[in-house]
Amino acid sequence: MRYIEPHAHMVSRVTDDYRAMTLAGCAAVCEPAFWAGFDRSAAAGFYDYFRQLTEHEPRRAAQFGLPHFCWLCINPKESEDVSLAREVIALIPRFLEGKTVLGIGEIGLNKNSRNELQVLEMHVDLAARHNQLILVHTPHLEDKLKGTRLILDVLRADSRIKPERCLIDHVEEHTVKMVLDAGFWGGMTLYPETKCTAARAVDMIEQFGNERLWMNSACDWGVSVPLAVPLAALELRRRGHGAEAIDRLIYQNPLRFLSQCPKFILPGGAGEQTARA
Amino acid sequence: MKRRELLDLYFMEARSKLIDVAAFLDRLDRAEGEADFRLAALAQALGQLGRGERPRVERVLASLSDATADPIPAATTKAACGAWPGRR
Repeated sequence: MRYIEPHAHMVSRVTDDYRAMTLAGCAAVCEPAFWAGFDRSAAAGFYDYFRQLTEHEPRRAAQFGLPHFCWLCINPKESEDVSLAREVIALIPRFLEGKTVLGIGEIGLNKNSRNELQVLEMHVDLAARHNQLILVHTPHLEDKLKGTRLILDVLRADSRIKPERCLIDHVEEHTVKMVLDAGFWGGMTLYPETKCTAARAVDMIEQFGNERLWMNSACDWGVSVPLAVPLAALELRRRGHGAEAIDRLIYQNPLRFLSQCPKFILPGGAGEQTARA
Repeated sequence: MKRRELLDLYFMEARSKLIDVAAFLDRLDRAEGEADFRLAALAQALGQLGRGERPRVERVLASLSDATADPIPAATTKAACGAWPGRR
């Protein structure tokens, strides 16, 4: 089995997790910029974090031959402070040339506030000006339904944004249809309690198709499972899905979306050409 | 998959989770003090199961969601609690 982990916060994980993921068949790991669990006090903290994502973490993953890619932004949990967000966003262009940077993410909303919305619009503008892929975080729990609607409104209001170049993450049963119907990609995050179980992810795949969906662990410093994607592959197998269908969901689909960034090339040449096949 | 096959796969897990909910509600009953809006939200969500209208999972998720449309003036917390206090 081979798979791509399209969303993992590896700065919060131990090196053993890289080894376990590689043993399980992980072919690449992608790390969106995220909240550290506490608020950074200045833009300089983000500068260091972006260096960690673009320089240090790829080296740590490379110990196991595992390609590491990243996305950059100031996350929605720290977007209430618009002036700080403006400073951080100004740092990002110099990092976009990095050979492992895939785009802008994970941007979005957390509590659906006016300031968060303003910072989301700033990020969308940044992505459009630099022709970057977009990875969107949708809010948690009771805030997800409203937040997903607000996010889709922002993206659809900008004529420069192509839905097929945006992935809306953390979809659940009450948001997946609106995301796919609008032409975006959807990500299902496999969390023990707060997002989606493997069984529910398979339910959504069976109901909404496997064209523009992927699964991820979004493992971070909280309760999460770095091997959630291969475990979900087992769930797919238990539900009668064949090897080809499983490969499409956990390898080909993320490859197809991510290969829209020409920098997403895997060892052995798996990249754009494979995705187009 | 056939219904019998799905029952073979998931019945014990669903049974276990259902009993956990029942035990949780009993535990709350035995405890002292006032509950908050989350208990009422859970009861309302449980009511969605008994109505037999599909899709149940969407109805449960919607019943636990913020039903407003406009952005809030400012975020005063980062956390979500799993239920919306404004639901009646």
